Amino acid sequence: MSVIATVAPEVPVKLHKTDFQSDQEVRWCPGCGDYAILAAAQQVFAKLGVPRHKYVMVSGIGCSSRFPYYVNTYGFHTIHGRAPAVATGIKMANPDLHVWVITGDGDALSIGGNHLIHALRRNVDLKILLFNNRIYGLTKGQYSPTSEVGKVTKSTPFGSLDQPVNPISLALAAEATFVARTADIYIPHMQDILTQAAAHKGSVFIEILQNCIIFNDGAFKDTTDRAMRDDKQVMLEHGKPLVYGKNRDRGLRQRGLDLEVVELGKNGVTEKDLLVHDAFAESQALAYVLSRVEDPVPMGIFRNVTRSSFETRAHAQIAAMKEKFGPGNLDKLLKGGETWMVK
Amino acid sequence: MTTQQIESRPTAQREVLKTVTIRFAGDSGDGVQITGDQFTATTAMQGNDLATLPDYPAEIRAPIGTLPGVSGFQIQFSALDIHTPGDAPDVLVAFNPAALKVHVGDLVPNGILICDTSQFTKGNLAKAGYVTNPLEDGSLTQFRIFGENITEKTTLGLRAVESLTVREKVRCKNFFALGMAYWIFNRSMDPTLRFIEMKFKKNTDLVEANKLALKAGFAYCEMTDVFQAVAYEIPAAPSVSGTYRNLSGNQALAMGLVAASIACERPLFYGAYPITPASDILHELSKHKNFGVITFQAEDEIAAVSAAVGASFTGALAVTGSAGPGIALKSEAVSLAVMTELPLVIVDVQRGGPSTGLPTKTEQADLLFTLFGRHGEAHVCILAPATPGECFHYALEACRFAVKYMTPVYLLSDGYLANGAEPWRVPELGDLPRFPVKFREDPQGFSAYERHPKTLSRPWAIPGTPGLEHRIGGIEKREGSGNVSYDPDNHERMVVLRTEKIKRIAQDIPLLQVEGDPDGDLLVLGWGSTYGAIRAGIERAAQKGMRVAQAHLRYLNPMPSNTEAVLKKYKKVLCPEMNLGQLSWLLRAKYLVDVVGLNKIQGQPFKAVEILDGITAVLNGRPVKQPADSTVNGDGT
Repeated sequence: MSVIATVAPEVPVKLHKTDFQSDQEVRWCPGCGDYAILAAAQQVFAKLGVPRHKYVMVSGIGCSSRFPYYVNTYGFHTIHGRAPAVATGIKMANPDLHVWVITGDGDALSIGGNHLIHALRRNVDLKILLFNNRIYGLTKGQYSPTSEVGKVTKSTPFGSLDQPVNPISLALAAEATFVARTADIYIPHMQDILTQAAAHKGSVFIEILQNCIIFNDGAFKDTTDRAMRDDKQVMLEHGKPLVYGKNRDRGLRQRGLDLEVVELGKNGVTEKDLLVHDAFAESQALAYVLSRVEDPVPMGIFRNVTRSSFETRAHAQIAAMKEKFGPGNLDKLLKGGETWMVK
Repeated sequence: MTTQQIESRPTAQREVLKTVTIRFAGDSGDGVQITGDQFTATTAMQGNDLATLPDYPAEIRAPIGTLPGVSGFQIQFSALDIHTPGDAPDVLVAFNPAALKVHVGDLVPNGILICDTSQFTKGNLAKAGYVTNPLEDGSLTQFRIFGENITEKTTLGLRAVESLTVREKVRCKNFFALGMAYWIFNRSMDPTLRFIEMKFKKNTDLVEANKLALKAGFAYCEMTDVFQAVAYEIPAAPSVSGTYRNLSGNQALAMGLVAASIACERPLFYGAYPITPASDILHELSKHKNFGVITFQAEDEIAAVSAAVGASFTGALAVTGSAGPGIALKSEAVSLAVMTELPLVIVDVQRGGPSTGLPTKTEQADLLFTLFGRHGEAHVCILAPATPGECFHYALEACRFAVKYMTPVYLLSDGYLANGAEPWRVPELGDLPRFPVKFREDPQGFSAYERHPKTLSRPWAIPGTPGLEHRIGGIEKREGSGNVSYDPDNHERMVVLRTEKIKRIAQDIPLLQVEGDPDGDLLVLGWGSTYGAIRAGIERAAQKGMRVAQAHLRYLNPMPSNTEAVLKKYKKVLCPEMNLGQLSWLLRAKYLVDVVGLNKIQGQPFKAVEILDGITAVLNGRPVKQPADSTVNGDGT
């Protein structure tokens, strides 16, 4: 009874969030930010009109990397740091698949830093979601490459010493074509970003600020708490000036190669003086400058540009070579070069 | 077709030889490898049997004229069926004093020594460590010396090519020397003339110059009296009828992978990172995009194998290839393929190790690494071709096992097989195996880890198939469903199942064959590229009246089911290996057979005489010569 196979639905299909819930019990700590991200992703998947069998969730190792087990699509829980590489192989082998990579700050930026950089610069059509909680959770609380200097953890009882990496800056420097930041508690914002990401053909890199309730509770409290968030973050909207603040009385103004915070209405500063966000700018220079701003924290899409994706180019080259040389002829290949006959 | 204007000495006036070994040697920028390749291609087309040994330094251009910069290429060619590149050269072509210094010790007494005298300057002699000119000081009187100013003669021959600089003309000298060799051994210049036209097609001046240089070298010997004493003829070797070509191990392996892709009806995905001596497989495969081959030059070895694992999950015929340290880096991802039971072929072109070791030299020291070099109980299949041509067949075989048993398979080549060449009879397409892959498509009763009753393999269910959505990963699986399971009994059962699956590959493996004298007292058992040397050694032993049998393992894990029976039939078993005794160790452990190791770890293949010495020692009850000062066995004891 291969009913499902014969009635393979044409896109778009009508699906519900529950269609994307697997039969596996979700085992993150109660209160973990991962639950919200999982729910948001399932919600978005249901709305995209893509049938379940065309999705592949790929992850590395870490708390976030258990994600594929909980999504009722194809899934591959791989090895530490290598998810972008495995996903590259999946996407190259079948470009029709919708491949999402779920990773964390340790997985993507420490052990897998190299693969992340190269997946992004190749512009493989992967949607990479980095759950950044600035800590190693699954190994029970060591500092991570995004932990702030001086972080006191089990492995750094006297404080960590190394400069953290800025995930957005790294992704931009690595030539990523879609770069965004959102947070686990901003459900509608996250869903909007995920929806736009799904529509992007090419590498997507989304940093999701995510709370680890056990080992790094409140990591982003200063940015995302309802009471403070309006004053501590700036929402990036394409074509709009970078205004923020509870009273929308502050903004970011370009000064030389940097940005500065200015107060609207003071010293004659108006909205016209502010930097207007251009997510579609070919150069990532301004997006990079924005990524360096820590107060306020920019949220939203830093960069969204179109460039042909790696697997598209790979398959176009194969098609072109088939056209040029004709489809492979094994007999000709085996007898290629100089041959001779023995009677 | 080019017409040769110069006629060489008629065959009737040439001395007929059965077998000759020639070695070209010079600076790594002298074109020695091209010269050797061309001599090989031409000789193959003339119907001789042959085997080659390119031997080049790891440095692309070591300081000119120095000993470490010497590049060599040896070929043995014959009217008979031969198995090795020859123990010692009969002819040495040395382009400079350093090349002479490095190689002259191997030249047979009364051997032919051709040197480019223009390079024997005071400075070059000093760089090679010569106080006086060996061509003039009487130290080489046991050889037939042909000191020729090849550089000057080449530039003279190219007077007519006005557009080239002197330096460019001098670079043609290797073709002058090749022309000399062609005259001495009565080879046709046509294949090389065609090669020159192809190789330099973007620069007609270079085409003309190199063709002229080749012809000038040929004509020079024809016109010069002293060479009339060294005019030889080596008749064609008898061979099975068919179409032949000359082929290196890396080429054969790459073509075998393409053939396997066609045989299993899945696109080939080859993930690799550049590394000597495996890179040529990537180069070769990247030319064959019209076969639907996807090549992926990854950011590192780990990404190369990881992407292959991803491609395998998605239904491609996934292969990764490397050597030395690259193989070590792939271990973790291979374990993932073991756990997720995905087909994966890992090509290991073994080179001297550990670490960077001897990147351009050969060794067989990865056997136990590929067998055991993973965390946990992670058993895999291991195959090893014995000759360059066999790389084709075993590439197909590796892919066949990988997709049939849903398992990683290591294919152990080595530097000697990879770069060595031999005449290869091109198989008829109809004789090639077919093993079309059948993916699981029916969702009815599907579970990701149900097992085929005979092979124990799990279904290959690829993303994009409606109704088969499932998750796999590195965490232990529950038997059947494949869901995550930490259950102790389940883990033990799964470890045993995965191991048993590999053992069952033996049902698809041909029995171990015995060659030579099956009734002798001694069996020489080898694996991989030592085959030719062992065969030649045994033939020499037989000529001396010794009764010796030979068996060669191409299937290292699992081994053919009759391996133990074969081993126990003989009073003595000698196991030559280019390592400290890894197969010996394994055979002792598995079968409790008192194997005697014959070990060599010099980055160079065995010579037939070394095998003969080992056989003689064992048959005379003497200890086999062991690697210098070594008291250790393969297991480190």
